[in-house]
Amino acid sequence: MSLIYPRESLKAHPLNASPEYKSTLKRAPAQPLILLPHTLSETTGPVFGHVAVNETDTDLTRQHAGEPLGERIIVTGRVLDEDGRPVPHTLVEIWQANAAGRYVHVRDQHPAPLDPNFTGAGRALTDAQGRYRFVTVKPGAYPWRNHHNAWRPAHIHFSLFGPSFLSRVITQMYFPGDPLFRYDPIFQSITDENARNRLVSRFDIETTEPEWALAYQFDIVLRGRNATPLEEPHDH
Amino acid sequence: MTTETKLTTETKPGLTPSQTIGPFFAYALTPRAYGGSELATEQVAAEGVAGERIRIEGTVFDGDGVPVGDAMIETWQADPQGRFHAAGNAGFTGFGRAETNTEGGFFFETVKPGALQGADGTQQAPHLSVSVFARGVLVRLATRIYFSDEPGNASDPILALVPAGRRDTLIAQRGADGVFRFDIRLQGEGETVFFEA
Ligand SMILES: [Fe+3]
Repeated sequence: MSLIYPRESLKAHPLNASPEYKSTLKRAPAQPLILLPHTLSETTGPVFGHVAVNETDTDLTRQHAGEPLGERIIVTGRVLDEDGRPVPHTLVEIWQANAAGRYVHVRDQHPAPLDPNFTGAGRALTDAQGRYRFVTVKPGAYPWRNHHNAWRPAHIHFSLFGPSFLSRVITQMYFPGDPLFRYDPIFQSITDENARNRLVSRFDIETTEPEWALAYQFDIVLRGRNATPLEEPHDH
Repeated sequence: MTTETKLTTETKPGLTPSQTIGPFFAYALTPRAYGGSELATEQVAAEGVAGERIRIEGTVFDGDGVPVGDAMIETWQADPQGRFHAAGNAGFTGFGRAETNTEGGFFFETVKPGALQGADGTQQAPHLSVSVFARGVLVRLATRIYFSDEPGNASDPILALVPAGRRDTLIAQRGADGVFRFDIRLQGEGETVFFEA
């Protein structure tokens, strides 16, 4: 199947020069980007359909001897292309803070407790319909010193490859109704409100498990369209 | 025409926007120090893979020339015959991933890719496609690594798109020890050329 990658779609992304997010000030390129034709180097990319993913890679609550603290959640969704077709057997990597808002990372200095039963790293392959599923705990918000009393809204980091170098993306999934959205320059760096809201997961009562876990749904749309779009079904 | 409008504005799901990798990705994406299993490393080609073995070393700098110690670099390349995903290429996926160390340094060990077809029958000089992720980088920065000892650089169709004065930022320089040096400057003097891919 051959895909095309319209540049128009890139408008959904934030600009790297987003000065409210202070870390961008010395890290955003000042020179204009140079338009890169899509050659074989770009339209190919690594595929990980063979990567062995075991149960504890998709269930972050079962990676240690005991149960992690926090609100147990199921995160499911589909990975799609820009035509809405599933992206099957593609790798999804996630990482997150624990329920207290603390990362396992050695440089995280937030004085919230580490949880000996939670690392916060996961991996899944989408199935033939592009679906993935993780079990984890809801991450806590955490402070980050970007501005006075700055706190990141709770989020899970997502990394995806899709079919080529052009579909590679790293993003963050948020939780509905978070009061921190309006104060968060990373979330607000996406200037298109519709695009921004696509990063907010949907509470998903259907997927919750009684007496056990709440659930959120997060679909991800990667770059790439059919090179020869099918004619729309018409009702006239 | 109306069909096309309908496709783009209603039927087409919107792209998921990018966000920063943040500073705390290592335990998931480059988890060697945490004892985690690694998807890919800076060893792109296993021992025994045919081709010219090369080492690329570099440092990522910010606009003040300060090393960026929380970046992740990914590379994607053809094999020495200029093929992607070639069957039977055991020990070689063409994909590398490395985090920068606290001094901003990174390296890759691989085999030199072959030349490959560009658009309209042109030939591209050997190169690696590179993605740079870091705290403070909201959207993946795309660049390329070319090699100073490749005469084909002079006729490479992508290098030709880059203003002559900036082309050097895309060319890894081979040192006396044989190691290719490729620094990445995110901003300011000597800023690396980044592409809208
Ligand atoms: Fe985070």
